[in-house]
Amino acid sequence: MIELKNVCKTLNRKTILKDLNLTVKKGESLVIIGRSGCGKSVSLKHMIGIMRPDSGMVSVDGEDITKVSSIELDKIRMKFGMLFQGAALFDSLSVLENVGFQLFEYTDMSLMQISRRVRDCLGMVGLQGIEKMKPAALSGGMKKRVALARAISMNPKIILFDEPTTGVDPITGDIINKLIRHLHDTLKTTSITVTHDMRSAYQIADRIAMLYEKKIIAIGTPEEIMRSENKTVRQFINGDAEGPITAGLGSRF
Amino acid sequence: MKLRKKLFIACGRTFSDVRKQTVESFVYTGGVAALFGKTLFGIWSFPLRKRQILEQMSRIGVASFPIVVLISFFTGIVLALQSAYQLQQMSAQMYIASLVALSVTRELGPVLTALIIAGRSGAAITAELGTMKVTEQIEALETLSASPVQYLVVPRFIALVVMVPLLTVYADFFGVLGGYLVGVGKLNITHAMYMKMTLVPLTVGDVMTGIAKSAVFAVIICVISCFEGINSQGGAEGVGKSTTASVVKSFILIIMADCLFTAIFYFFGK
Repeated sequence: MIELKNVCKTLNRKTILKDLNLTVKKGESLVIIGRSGCGKSVSLKHMIGIMRPDSGMVSVDGEDITKVSSIELDKIRMKFGMLFQGAALFDSLSVLENVGFQLFEYTDMSLMQISRRVRDCLGMVGLQGIEKMKPAALSGGMKKRVALARAISMNPKIILFDEPTTGVDPITGDIINKLIRHLHDTLKTTSITVTHDMRSAYQIADRIAMLYEKKIIAIGTPEEIMRSENKTVRQFINGDAEGPITAGLGSRF
Repeated sequence: MKLRKKLFIACGRTFSDVRKQTVESFVYTGGVAALFGKTLFGIWSFPLRKRQILEQMSRIGVASFPIVVLISFFTGIVLALQSAYQLQQMSAQMYIASLVALSVTRELGPVLTALIIAGRSGAAITAELGTMKVTEQIEALETLSASPVQYLVVPRFIALVVMVPLLTVYADFFGVLGGYLVGVGKLNITHAMYMKMTLVPLTVGDVMTGIAKSAVFAVIICVISCFEGINSQGGAEGVGKSTTASVVKSFILIIMADCLFTAIFYFFGK
């Protein structure tokens, strides 16, 4: 279980999160939605300890990760896998070395065993025979799937997805959504996805949380969010240009 | 009154800018010192990544060998010719050999080698790490429980500290060779006289001080270029700015360190 309690964060003199409270239940698929730049990715990075809050607490399975040493934090991170928005594959390494990174670093597996595991992971994301290729030779969709294979290579208990369908075509986006849901159901992981793509959110989520004005303003099942009477939530999920979110910008339209 | 008010405002802004830049300098120095400390700690916490270290040694050392040789060779030639102007007037051209040998081994060899490596390899390191930073690859390393310092900085540190002094030895040799070709080939100094005037005044201490300085210069190049790269922001433009800053700051710190060492060796070395 992951818990963010009264988390505050300021970046470049701008308050991104203020008293953010969010609980992620074990085994659920939570999707965090919100406008671009509202702090969704920042929230996600707090969960894995890449960012530390200015105040507040972040706990993973009961352990406050804001107070542990870097060695202990590295051990806690072994529970996680993360898919970055831009895939973040290591340019100088091949697909095999990227996907097998943690296997090479932290296990005693032989090259043959690692190759087999990498082949299995790539198979799970629908890719085969690309182990020797470098990331520069891959398409955007392939990079995301290789990054996803890397994220699951060590059988993590928690997987974080940062805008998984951004920058890919709708067909590839749908493939990635189905993959995420399939992996969640098959591997029985806890998944947290950050997106502003509502179609993706409805496909992936057990629960959806909306981040607005530095806080979570609504949380519920996809059906509850779809039926929400909160005008801010309604404007966002319907994709309306006019509403409380854009009230101050009215004269520009 | 208006003029006085404007003056006060201008003074206030100047003090504010100076204060801001002073604080930024302290923050920068602290960050660089922290990275240096983490790198030293990373070296002593195994495992060392042999494959990456050898790869960096090849990129930094082997690939820089031709340019270091070329520049030091021509520097030796220029030094011999420039000193010949004055020394020939006093019929003292045989001292060209000593001048070239001591200048190259004590100063020009280590400093020019460091400047070449800072411009060539330091810039490449900053650009590579900067690109990794802006494409979230460094954050990805952290999420994979790998320390960016251990994985990225330590191999480059070891490669630089090993290869820059080795390149300095070659720079010393080819610098002296350049002076030799001018002295013996054009200035009518005999081979025996040139060798005598090179080897007699030249001590092991002269060569070793040059090599010791080059090791310190290597540390400067590594820490500055890695720090600038890891702290790049703002996309391609930010990486470009970091790369420029890395080269400029490395150059300045290398010359400052050289000045400091020269003073120390001069006043305390005898």
